[in-house]
Amino acid sequence: MSYFLLFFSAAIVNNFVLSYFLGICPFVGVSKKVSSAVSMGLAVTFVMLISSVVTWLIYHLLLVPFEMEILEYVSFILVIASLVQLVEMFIRKVSKPLYDTMGIYLPLITTNCAILGLALFSVLRNYGFLESVVFGLGAGVGFTLALVIMAGIREELELAPVPKYFQGAAITMIVAGGLALAFMGFAGMI
Amino acid sequence: MDLASVTISMISMGGMGALFATGLAVANKKFHVEEDPRISQVLDALPGANCGGCGLPGCASFANTIVNGEIGLGGCPVCNDDARETIAGILGLEAAKGEKIVARVLCQGGNYESASKGDYLGIEKCTAAHITGGGDKLCLYGCLGYGECVDSCPFDAMYMSENGLPVIIEDKCTGCGNCAEACPRDIIEMHPVSDTVFIACKNQDSPRDARKVCTRACVGCSLCVRGVDEGLMTMENNLARIDYHLYGQTHELPTAKCPTQAIVLMESVPEDDPSITTRVVHEKEALSA
Repeated sequence: MSYFLLFFSAAIVNNFVLSYFLGICPFVGVSKKVSSAVSMGLAVTFVMLISSVVTWLIYHLLLVPFEMEILEYVSFILVIASLVQLVEMFIRKVSKPLYDTMGIYLPLITTNCAILGLALFSVLRNYGFLESVVFGLGAGVGFTLALVIMAGIREELELAPVPKYFQGAAITMIVAGGLALAFMGFAGMI
Repeated sequence: MDLASVTISMISMGGMGALFATGLAVANKKFHVEEDPRISQVLDALPGANCGGCGLPGCASFANTIVNGEIGLGGCPVCNDDARETIAGILGLEAAKGEKIVARVLCQGGNYESASKGDYLGIEKCTAAHITGGGDKLCLYGCLGYGECVDSCPFDAMYMSENGLPVIIEDKCTGCGNCAEACPRDIIEMHPVSDTVFIACKNQDSPRDARKVCTRACVGCSLCVRGVDEGLMTMENNLARIDYHLYGQTHELPTAKCPTQAIVLMESVPEDDPSITTRVVHEKEALSA
């Protein structure tokens, strides 16, 4: 049961994007089309899942025994950067159009604070191995969810009679704020 | 911090780095994508500033586009001739040099030439003057003289002359087009540097009115049209137009025929002599006389 709660906590109640405001860059940058938002979400979910596994192993099997917790940032970033490179190669091989759509945001997953935040949270909260994995999966699903909702709204916005001075970035920010407000409604449930 | 922990840190981090690097190297082999080798060669030849001057997100996508043949060599306004030649060599193009594009100011209605309709006391910006009353000059088509184009130039290639008209320093002009965009009256146009004869007027008033607003206005007399080859020059909305395609073939200079000297031969203003206040042959003669 607690794993179930942990998953929903990470995915919805304490959504990384809309409650912690982590990973806003791709949230705004790659949310113009639902299809690219889904693939961006999947890429981030993959990196989150694998990095939560690897960083847990590194932290508990390497850094703690040798009392080198101070190196957690360096080693976590190393893991994340390598994983992102791998994802980038994979996507480029599988689908060039997708690679072009994601553009600069794909390599920027490296510096996506949601992923480093995930690794650091799971250390901070003393999650066990399985908990950490579930947490990573939940966070990834939550990220995808936020991106897809945003992309859906923005696709509709293309057809909406937005006043001239609100068009573009302004209305996107307003929508993002509204979405975050809505997700804040879940605060404290878990 | 003792030596042991430093050593352990170095070994473990180095080991992790090596491990991941190996993994990535293997993945790179496995997921290798065949790409046109010319793309990376072109990318190396480009300035690499990712300035966006070409309208594309960066040099990488410009390289991609130019290899696909969707954009010309002149698409990169920042490239110098050497870089263009290199890229042309890579792509096997013959007509190597994209001609330099410079901004041309198509108005001679400075403070001395244009008639005044009173004092303008509003915000001293061309855009503001344009939307409120049209500044203090009578001409509705001419330069407003508040220098918004000069402010918009990121390369210091423009200044306002004593006569209140913008002057382009061609050596410094990169052809980015910021000034042409800034001008609310579309007086500044982008042209190849080899086009030197211009109708430096945008006034579309009837001949009678045009004469009143500015001594250098094109009054639509069509004297120039009659004197040259068929089609080289045409009249449109009381304004003469030059067909630069034909002009390039014939190289006639119809400047002398214009009674108001609205047709001018643009001269390049040397960068080291900003005391020259005008950039057209006629005006210089008039001032020195």
